[in-house]
Amino acid sequence: MLTLLIALPALGAFGITLLPRGRDELAKQVALGISIVVAVLTIGMALRFEPGGARFQFTESYWWIKQFGVHWAVGVDGVALVLIALSVILMPLVILASWSEADRFGGAELPKADLDKYARPKRSVKTYFALLLSLEAMMIGVFAATDVFLFYVFFEAMLIPMYFIIGSFGGPQRSYAAVKFLLYSLFGGLIMLVAVIALYSQGPGTFLFAELSKLNLDPTTAKWLFLGFFIAFAIKAPLVPFHTWLPDAAGQAPTGAAVLLVGVLDKVGTYGMLRFCLELFPSAAKWFTPVVITLAVIGIIYGAVLAIGQVDLKRLVAYTSISHFGFIALGIFAMTSQGQSGATLYMVNHGFSTAALFLIVGFLIVRRGSARIDAFGGVQKVAPVLAGTFLIAGLSGLALPGLSSFVSEFLVLVGTFTRYRVPAVIAAVGIVLAAVYILWMYQRTMNGPTAEPVKGMKDLSHRELAALAPIIAIIVALGFYPKPVLDVINPSVQHTMSRVQMKDPAPTVAEKGTRP
Amino acid sequence: MTAVLTAEGVQSLAWLLIAFPLAGAAVLLLGGRRTDKWGHLLGCAMSLASFAVGVAMFVQMLGYGHEERRRVVHLFQYLVVGDLKVDMGLLIDPLSISFVLLITGVGSLIHIYSIGYMEHDPDRRRFFAFLNLFVASMLLLVLADNYLGLYIGWEGVGLASYLLIGFWQYKPTAATAAKKAFVVNRVGDFGLSIAIMLMFATFGTISFTGVFENAGGAEKGVVTAIGLLLLLGACGKSAQLPLQSWLLDAMEGPTPVSALIHAATMVTAGVYLIVRSNPIFELAPTAQLAVTVVGAATLLAGAIIGCGKDDIKKALAGSTMSQIGYMHLAAGLGKAGYVFAIAHLIAHGFFKAGMFLGAGSVMHGMKDAVNMRKYGALRAVMVITWATFGLGYLAIIGFPGLSGWFTKDGIIEAAFHKGGTSGAILGGCTLLGAGITAYYMSRVMFMTFFGGKRWDDGVHPHESPKVMTVPLMLLSVGSVLMGGFLVLGGFSEFLAPSLPPGMEEHHFEPITNAGIATFVLMIIGVGIAWRQYAARPVPREAPRGSLVTVAARKDLYGDAINESLIMRPGQWLTRLAVFFDNKGVDGVVNGLAAGIGGTSGRVRRLQTGFVRSYALSMFIGAALVVGALVLVRI
Repeated sequence: MLTLLIALPALGAFGITLLPRGRDELAKQVALGISIVVAVLTIGMALRFEPGGARFQFTESYWWIKQFGVHWAVGVDGVALVLIALSVILMPLVILASWSEADRFGGAELPKADLDKYARPKRSVKTYFALLLSLEAMMIGVFAATDVFLFYVFFEAMLIPMYFIIGSFGGPQRSYAAVKFLLYSLFGGLIMLVAVIALYSQGPGTFLFAELSKLNLDPTTAKWLFLGFFIAFAIKAPLVPFHTWLPDAAGQAPTGAAVLLVGVLDKVGTYGMLRFCLELFPSAAKWFTPVVITLAVIGIIYGAVLAIGQVDLKRLVAYTSISHFGFIALGIFAMTSQGQSGATLYMVNHGFSTAALFLIVGFLIVRRGSARIDAFGGVQKVAPVLAGTFLIAGLSGLALPGLSSFVSEFLVLVGTFTRYRVPAVIAAVGIVLAAVYILWMYQRTMNGPTAEPVKGMKDLSHRELAALAPIIAIIVALGFYPKPVLDVINPSVQHTMSRVQMKDPAPTVAEKGTRP
Repeated sequence: MTAVLTAEGVQSLAWLLIAFPLAGAAVLLLGGRRTDKWGHLLGCAMSLASFAVGVAMFVQMLGYGHEERRRVVHLFQYLVVGDLKVDMGLLIDPLSISFVLLITGVGSLIHIYSIGYMEHDPDRRRFFAFLNLFVASMLLLVLADNYLGLYIGWEGVGLASYLLIGFWQYKPTAATAAKKAFVVNRVGDFGLSIAIMLMFATFGTISFTGVFENAGGAEKGVVTAIGLLLLLGACGKSAQLPLQSWLLDAMEGPTPVSALIHAATMVTAGVYLIVRSNPIFELAPTAQLAVTVVGAATLLAGAIIGCGKDDIKKALAGSTMSQIGYMHLAAGLGKAGYVFAIAHLIAHGFFKAGMFLGAGSVMHGMKDAVNMRKYGALRAVMVITWATFGLGYLAIIGFPGLSGWFTKDGIIEAAFHKGGTSGAILGGCTLLGAGITAYYMSRVMFMTFFGGKRWDDGVHPHESPKVMTVPLMLLSVGSVLMGGFLVLGGFSEFLAPSLPPGMEEHHFEPITNAGIATFVLMIIGVGIAWRQYAARPVPREAPRGSLVTVAARKDLYGDAINESLIMRPGQWLTRLAVFFDNKGVDGVVNGLAAGIGGTSGRVRRLQTGFVRSYALSMFIGAALVVGALVLVRI
C-alpha cells in the first residue's frame, strides 16, 4: 500500500516529463489528478489504521541491498500517518493554487513594468509539475521509511526537486537562495550519513529501525551519534542558529514550493528528532535535553521578534515558522505525553495554517507584483474574501483558541510546564508576540485606506478559493474537535515515552479519592 | 458549594444557547452579499432565540431546590492526552444563568437597536455576523464547565471585540485600536494560560469541579500564584490597571459595540472569572487583596479620566473602567462582596448599555459628532433619548431608589465593613469614586442635554427611530428597577449555590452612615458640575485646564508609559535582532562559505552554474557511502 503511494506520484512525475511540448494544461491536469488519487488512497488507508493495534501498520519489507543490510522497509505509526496525511492533502491544493505559477509570465494580470521586477521561470511548466509530484513521492517515502538508510536516502533525495524548483521558478534572488538551501542541507545530510554508518557498525548488520532502536550503545558513542542526527534535523527544521537559510529559501521559492518546504519538508526535521534522536539514543537525548530546550525557547522568542521586524511578507511567514519550530522542538524534548503529542499535532496544524498563509501571501504577490508589506494597504475594501481568509489563516498562526494550532500550542506548553516551568513561561511570551506580528502584518496590508496600486485588485478566484477552503475547514474542524487526530498520535507517543523511559510528572495534589 | 447534577429538560439543550448565534454568524459570513437583505433580521432572531432558551432554563432552575440548581450538560470529549482529559461541558448554575440572561437579554436589545443605527452602513450584515459571533463566544465563556472551554470563549470574545472595534477598518485609528485591544488582551491571556497550566500541573485536571475540590490540598503559594495569574487575565479583559489602555481606544468601534461589548458584557468577564474561581481566591488572601487594590486603583483612575474627556463615548468608557473597578474591588472582598459584584455588574449592564445607546442616538442625530462641546440643549429635540439617558444617569450616580443606589452603595458598605486599615482605605476610595462619578456623569448630562445650543452649522438634531428608542426605554426600566429587584429580591440567596458556603446573610438597610456620606458626596459632585457646566456657558473649544484635567485627557499617561517602557524598547530590540540576524548569524555563514571557497567570487560562480557541482557532490556522497559500507564490512 505504502509502496504504491510512493510509486504513484513518482510514475506520474515520470509520465509528465514524457508529455509532448506545449501540452502544459494536460501536465497540470495529470498532476492534479494523480495527487487527488494519492490523497484519496491515503485517506482510505488512514481510516483503516487501528490506533490500538500494532505500532507500525501497513508494513512492507524487502531486501534492497542485501550485502549492506539495507531494506526497502516501510510502515506507518500514528505520527508518520498524520504527517503523510498532511503531505498528501496539501499536495492537490498546492497544485491547484500554483496553477499558473510556472507559466512563462507567472502573473498574467501584472502590468508589464511590474513583471520585469519579478523573475521569470527558467524551465518549462511540465518540469514544474513533474518536480512537484516527485517531491510528493519522496515526502511520503521519508515518513514511511522504517529502514534508517532508506530514510536517509529519501531525506537527501528530497533536496533535489526542491533545489530545482527554487532555482528555476523562484524570485529574483533564487540562485542565491537555492544554493544556500542546498549547502545547508547537504552539510546536515553528510553529518547524518556519518552517524548512520557509525550506528550501523554498532548494530547487527542491518539498518532496520526496529533492530537499531533496541541497541544499547555506549554513552559516549550515543552522544556523538545523537549529535550527528540532531544537527541534520536542526538544520532541516530549522532551529536557531541553523535557520538563516529558511527565510531566503521560502522567500524566493514559488508559493507552492514554499508551502511544501515549510509545511512538510521542514517537518522531517522535527519528525526525525522525535522518531530517531529520541528512540535510537534515548539516554543521549535526555543528556542533551537542556541544550535543546534552551535552543527551542530562544528560537520561539527570537523567531517571533524577527518576524515582527520583517518588511517582506514571505520572509515574515518564514520567521513565524522558525518560532513555531521552536515550539515543536520544545514539546518533543519536554519528554511528556502532552508535549510530544502536542508537538506532533503541531507539525500537522502548522502545516495547514502555514500553507494557508503562504498561499494567500502568494496570491497577494501575484496580484501586486511585490512581496513588500508597504506595497499593500486597504486590501480588505477591494477583496473582502481574500482578506477574510487571510485573517483566519493569520489567527490560526497566532494560535487562537477554536482554531487547530491552539490545541497543539496549548498541549506543548502544558506538557512543558509540568516538567520545565521557566522555559514554558518564557515560551508563553510567544503568544503575545504572535499577536503582534500577525495583526500588525494584517493591519498594514489589509486595513486602512486603500492604496492606489491596490485599487483594481481582484478578489479570490474560484480556483484560489477551492485551494483554500479545504485548509480553512480543516483548521476550524481540528480546532473544535482535535480528539480523533490525537487518538491516532497518542499510542505512538507512548512508545517513544517508554523507549526514553520517561513518565509524565504526577500532579502535586492528587485528586480526591485517590489520595492516600 | 453544592454538588453538580446532570441537566434535564430544557437545560440539557443548553448548547442551543451557543448554537443559535454561532449558526447565525456562520450563515451571514459564508452567505456573503446574498444575505445582505435579511441578515440583520437573522442576527436579531438568533440572539432572541438564545434569550428564549435562557429564560426557559432560568424558569426551570427556579423550580429546583437550592441544592439542585447546579447542573452540567456533557457535550463531547475534547481531547485526551496522557492524564490531561478535557470534557467539554456546560455548567448551568445561578451564576452562569445570571450572565446568560444579561448577555442574551441586553444583547438582543442591542441587536435590535443596531438595525436602526447601522441602517446606512453597506456592511450591516457583517456587523450582525460579528455581533452573533460575540454572543456565542461570550455564552461559551460563562457556560463552560472547565478552564479550557472558558479560555476558548475568552479568546472568542477577544476576536469579536477585535473585529468590531476595527469594523470601520479603513480608518487607520480604528485598525490600530483593534490591534491594540487584541495585543493588550493577549498579555492578560498569557496570565490566564499559565494559570491553567499551573492548575494542570498541580491538580492534574482543569475542570472547575476538579480544581475547586482539590484546591484545599495545594500549597498556599501555588494557590496564590494561580489567583494572581487569573487576576492578570481579568485585568486584560476587563481593562483594569495596568492593562487598561485599550478600552478608551476601543471606542473607535460603532456605538452599539461599545454598549454591548465594551460596557455591558465582555469587559465584565474578568469579574466573572474571579467570582467563578472563588474557591481559589478564598484560599489566597494575598490574591484577594491584589484584586481589591487593582479594583480601587482602577475605579479612581477611570473616574478621573472620565472627568477630562470631551468625547462623550470616551467619558463613558472612563466610567466603564471605573465601574468595573468597583466590581473587582467587591469581588476581591470575598464572601462579603461577591453578591454585590455580580448585582452591580448586572445593573451596570443595563444602565451603561442604555447610556451608550443613548450616546449613539445623540450621535445619530448630530451627524456622528462625539464632542460634547458641540452638543447642548438636546433635551428639547430628543425627548426619549434625554429621558432614558437621564434615568441611566440617576442610576449610575446612585440616586436613592434607583439601581446604582442599591448595588454601588452595597459595595461601599462592604468595603468599609472589611475593617482595619485596608477596609478604611478601600472604603475611602469607593466613597471618593462615588463623588467623582456624580461629577463626571453630571458633566456629561449637562453638556449634552442642557445649556445653550453649541451645534455645528448644518446639524439638525432629531429623535432616533422607534427601532432605536424602544430598546432605550426597555433598558431604562432596567436602570431604574434592576438594582432594587436584585438586592431586595433575594439575589444573594439565589447566587448562594455558586458561592462558597457560609455566606453572610445580608440585610438591606436603607439608611447607613456610609449611605449618607455617599449621598452627600453625590450632591457635592453634581453641584460642582452644575456650577461649571450648567450655570455658565460651556466654551466650544476646550480650555487649557488644570494639570489633572490635562492628565485625564491623556488617559493619565497610560499610553505614554506603555510607549516608553514597552513599545520603544521593543522596536529597538526588533531592529537590533533583524540586524544581528542578517549581519551576524547569516554573515558568519556567508563569510565561512566565502572563506572556504577562497574568494567571494568563487561563491558567486558556485551559485550560477551549480547544477553540475550538485551532481558531482551527490556522486561524491554516494561514493562515500559505498566506501564506508565496504570498510565497515571488513
